[in-house]
Amino acid sequence: MATIRVLSLILSVLSSITLLWTQSGECNNGRRSEDAVDTDFSGFSVPLEHSFEVDDVPRFHLRGVLQFRGGRELGVYLSQNLLSEKDRITLKDVAAVDGLYRIRVPRVSLQVDRQTERQSEGYLTTFVRACSLVESHLSDVITLHTDVSGCVVGISIVTIPGSCRGIEVEDEVDLEVFNTTISVMAPVTAPVPETAPYIERMEQEMEKKGKNPQEQKSFFAKYWYLILGGAVFLMATSSAQTPPGGVREQS
Amino acid sequence: MAWLVVRLAISVSLLYAASAVFEDQVGKFDWRQQFIGKVRFALFDTHSQASKKLLVATDKNVFASLNSRTGDLFWRHVDKTGPEGHIDALLMYGQDAVVVVGNGRLLRSWETTVGGLKWETVLDTGSFQAAALVGVQDLVKYVAVLKKSAISLHDLSSGSQIWGENLPDSDSVQYQTIYSGENGLVFVLGIVPNSHIVIVEYKIEDGEIMNKKSVEAAWMSSLESSCAVVSSGILLCVDQITQSLYTLPLQSAEQTEMRQIHLQMLDLEVASGFRPVLTSTQPNPAQPPLSEFFLQLSPDHHILLQFKDGLIALLRDFSPSYLAAFATSGERTVAAVMSPKNDTACSINLFSADTGRKHLDTTIIYHMDPNGGKPNRLYVHAFLKKDDSVGYRVMVQTEDLTLTFLQQPGRVVWMREEALADVVTMEMVDLPFTGTQAELEGEFGKKAAIQDGLLPMVLKRLSSQFILLQAWLAHLWKLFYDARKPRSSVKHEVTIDILSRDEFNLQKMMLMVTASGKLFGIDSKSGTILWKQYLENIQPNSVFKLIVQRTTAHFPHPPQCTLLIKNKDTGLGSLYVFNPIFGKKSQISVPTLPRPVLQTLLLPVIDQDYAKVLLLIDDQYKVTAFPSTKNVLQQLQDTASSIFFYLVDSSQGKLSGFRLRKDLSTELIWEVVIPTEVQKIVAVKGKRANEHVHSQGRVMGDRSVLYKYLNPNLLAVITESTDTHQERSFVGIFLIDGVTGRIVHEAVQRKARGPVHFVHSENWVVYVYWNSKFRRNEFSVLELFEGAELYNSTVFSSLDRPHAPQVLQQSYIFPAPINTLEATLTEKGITSRHLLVGLPSGNILSLPKMFLDPRRPELVSEQSREENLIPYAPEMPIREEWFINYNQTVSRVRGIYTAPSGLESTCLVVAYGLDIYQTRVFPSKQFDVLKDDYDYILISSVLFGLFFATMISKRLAEVKLLNRAWR
Repeated sequence: MATIRVLSLILSVLSSITLLWTQSGECNNGRRSEDAVDTDFSGFSVPLEHSFEVDDVPRFHLRGVLQFRGGRELGVYLSQNLLSEKDRITLKDVAAVDGLYRIRVPRVSLQVDRQTERQSEGYLTTFVRACSLVESHLSDVITLHTDVSGCVVGISIVTIPGSCRGIEVEDEVDLEVFNTTISVMAPVTAPVPETAPYIERMEQEMEKKGKNPQEQKSFFAKYWYLILGGAVFLMATSSAQTPPGGVREQS
Repeated sequence: MAWLVVRLAISVSLLYAASAVFEDQVGKFDWRQQFIGKVRFALFDTHSQASKKLLVATDKNVFASLNSRTGDLFWRHVDKTGPEGHIDALLMYGQDAVVVVGNGRLLRSWETTVGGLKWETVLDTGSFQAAALVGVQDLVKYVAVLKKSAISLHDLSSGSQIWGENLPDSDSVQYQTIYSGENGLVFVLGIVPNSHIVIVEYKIEDGEIMNKKSVEAAWMSSLESSCAVVSSGILLCVDQITQSLYTLPLQSAEQTEMRQIHLQMLDLEVASGFRPVLTSTQPNPAQPPLSEFFLQLSPDHHILLQFKDGLIALLRDFSPSYLAAFATSGERTVAAVMSPKNDTACSINLFSADTGRKHLDTTIIYHMDPNGGKPNRLYVHAFLKKDDSVGYRVMVQTEDLTLTFLQQPGRVVWMREEALADVVTMEMVDLPFTGTQAELEGEFGKKAAIQDGLLPMVLKRLSSQFILLQAWLAHLWKLFYDARKPRSSVKHEVTIDILSRDEFNLQKMMLMVTASGKLFGIDSKSGTILWKQYLENIQPNSVFKLIVQRTTAHFPHPPQCTLLIKNKDTGLGSLYVFNPIFGKKSQISVPTLPRPVLQTLLLPVIDQDYAKVLLLIDDQYKVTAFPSTKNVLQQLQDTASSIFFYLVDSSQGKLSGFRLRKDLSTELIWEVVIPTEVQKIVAVKGKRANEHVHSQGRVMGDRSVLYKYLNPNLLAVITESTDTHQERSFVGIFLIDGVTGRIVHEAVQRKARGPVHFVHSENWVVYVYWNSKFRRNEFSVLELFEGAELYNSTVFSSLDRPHAPQVLQQSYIFPAPINTLEATLTEKGITSRHLLVGLPSGNILSLPKMFLDPRRPELVSEQSREENLIPYAPEMPIREEWFINYNQTVSRVRGIYTAPSGLESTCLVVAYGLDIYQTRVFPSKQFDVLKDDYDYILISSVLFGLFFATMISKRLAEVKLLNRAWR
């Protein structure tokens, strides 16, 4: 038991998982990202705060620090503290009354060359039910969403699993270390109508058709014998009986 | 053979057309009503006695001709919206109507019989001031148009400009009116406010300035509103401060000052705070105006005066009188005056203009609608009767934009509800059951069951069954009776009393809220207006939200609708609660809303009277519940922790989520901020609450299931970039969970710009945008799937759905601009969906959702064929037979409303704009209804034939068996 605890202590300091930008080139427009490569990027960090109170009045305190690395391979790292004994008890209490566990980050721009003009008023907040966090043993997925200019517009947190089933959790082991997956999501570029491949495909089909000489023939060339036969037949029948109403329409 | 091939081709092409309406189905279940809007100019055609034409120009930029006998449209021209198509003036002479359009941009002449354009002239730039017909020697030949700094004279028969002159000192003088009498001169009157009047005389032949003078008038601020020309060129003005009239002969050279005539001398007084109005009449543009004129001294006080030899004589004092108007027939001019009779009616009387004497037997009684507005315009059509007396008809326009055409002694010839030209929002409500059906329903009410014993219940049952039998017999008798009569005479009037739900719930009550604040209840089957209610004191910039709180399903409780009226500027709102079937205002006490309302939320929670609870959130995030009975508050306390709502502040780009607390206060739980420097939120849409999704997933070609991501709390947020450069502009799409604030998906459509129309339903979002690079409209569809496995198949909770959905997206070119977009809706959601696209041409396209499927494959494979996926083609087809309204185009379609009917195959559609069109659509054809031309005789004769055949053969078999037994 003790050994596990020590191990977890060592690990906890470094418990940070990195994910890369899903689409590094798309978020910034071309010019800016090249600038970013040229500039000397040292990265920057923003605090990630959380709040869980039994009376449900948010009082945020530091959970960890988000570190961003600029440049083409923009990455995000989260280094976070351990939950203290007191926090663990509070969290369990909050979970017992079905309270909320909230997190927030300041509004920042992830564009390194824009750091000077970054506005820091306001926070982006989100929440998850405290019980699901407890029952998932503090394993959560935090996603930061940015807009096209690289400004963080939203944050989301989910726990895996996300349900609250009322399972007992041993706070000693399970509620100390966050097992967090963090990622930054930039907007994906929506597709435009794909005309070029379609035209290409049509051309291929046309070519295929062109190879078959049978298809190339005109209507009369293909069915001349039928038309001729029909005409002869019509002439033969009309001359044979000459009905009063002329040639009757065949249906 | 060739014939066969051609015929085959024709029949194959007809197969496609089969999705459209058949010729004999036209008008069977659809109807259209055409409107014109608020009338600004109305002229009766007095050219000939028998003429039925009434020319109108409206604030909706519509120029139309109405049949004055029926109120129907002869023809209608709908111009561009906005100031570009604004009709500035309407003049009529003989068969021609001259219209100035678009702040003096165009001068058009219309042939009034068929509505054909005779000529059109582009005028020089400059803002329009006035236009007048100009006559020379009893013949009207020209039309003069006055602009801010120029005047031009045009030939009436060809439109060619005779001359155009710049006005002198046009930067300091405001030229406002034109007058032309009989003497070959055109007078242009201008004013320097609170200083002097400028009068410029032009010669008609060549535009030469004959004379120019200025007259002191320090008290005057506007010529148009306070002056009129009477008699032979006498300018007459009225001033409320000095309480006097001023006169000035336009032509005299010597008089350089206006003559003042105190109203006191005539024993008259202007009501305080009222701006007096002068009304004169010029029956023939080639002759000077009459010397008689009306002076309005207060809202209900008119006086007929006469100007003679420099003196003003009082002809008649009309007090009280609401409205007064002149009309001319032949050589005789009459004045019609509307005065109040009692609380509910007004009487209109005719007076001869030159003496003020009352014509005998000319009273028209106008009954005011108690649910309508006050009359505010009066148009008179005078005609000469056979005995040479003057007869007349009047058209009254009220505040609520009702046009009523009356003739003696008060018969309403026709009525038009022009408020319906501007429908803001609408709902459809089920009709109630008939009395007998309700009786049955009531029998099983829980109150009855507790009170009564066994025997009374049995008796009740028997009696209600008897009533049903009676009703059925009566129905049969009616059918039999109607069948004997010729078809044309069986035309039953729709009234509110006989209105009841039909078998398949196809007939519903349409509730329409119009911009003028008038509510309508319309029968969806026939388009008859069943009730109307004018809400007074509605600010012109109000926004409306219509909420159905209780449907008709809860007999004996009446259905209940709530209209939230919100002032756009102050945000202050008020509630109007009414019964949607009868239009009566409900007696329920309504909460007062002292603070601006930010958001409304209709909860599925119901009170003991089965009314759904409406939550109103004010700007301090306090919640007001309506109804707020003890029961409701208790329920709200119990469920408070699961009630979430969101607010959107597009000026700050902020979306925030709140949760309800037990004490009805709220707490902020999430926040998403989209920086306004880059993009602004243009629209947020959730899903419709009454939407049903039948299947949870889609069966793939390999027989596995792809489950849909069906999040009822999902919001689609559309943004547009602030940068409008065609290379850098974009449209953003955010899919946000309304409970947790989680951004489920975020996409950017580059080189695109608005206006964006979109539909959010089931697991998909379809949006239309303008591609600024290729200059075309494009459709894009987003579909969300959970994947091959469902996380929790029994219940959906936004709080417990950790995996992000898979998002598929595809885009298509749409070869037409779009006005509005909506999706069909059916009872259980089994029927495939169609998108209804309102096109600017007035057509409504029913586009199968199948064409907007992001899984349409590039290359056809065995599996995609199995799944019935159409191979991808970048261009979306528009087929003529997909137009659900064939040639019944809806002008300026602004919205489409869809409602499910009792038949799963059928969806009711109402398209509204300038016109209203109602129809039914069958997205998967009528799979649950027999066709109209179904051969009942054949099937029954076959059945009977088979039946008898079995009987006979049975008998024969028996005989045969018997015979064999004997052998």
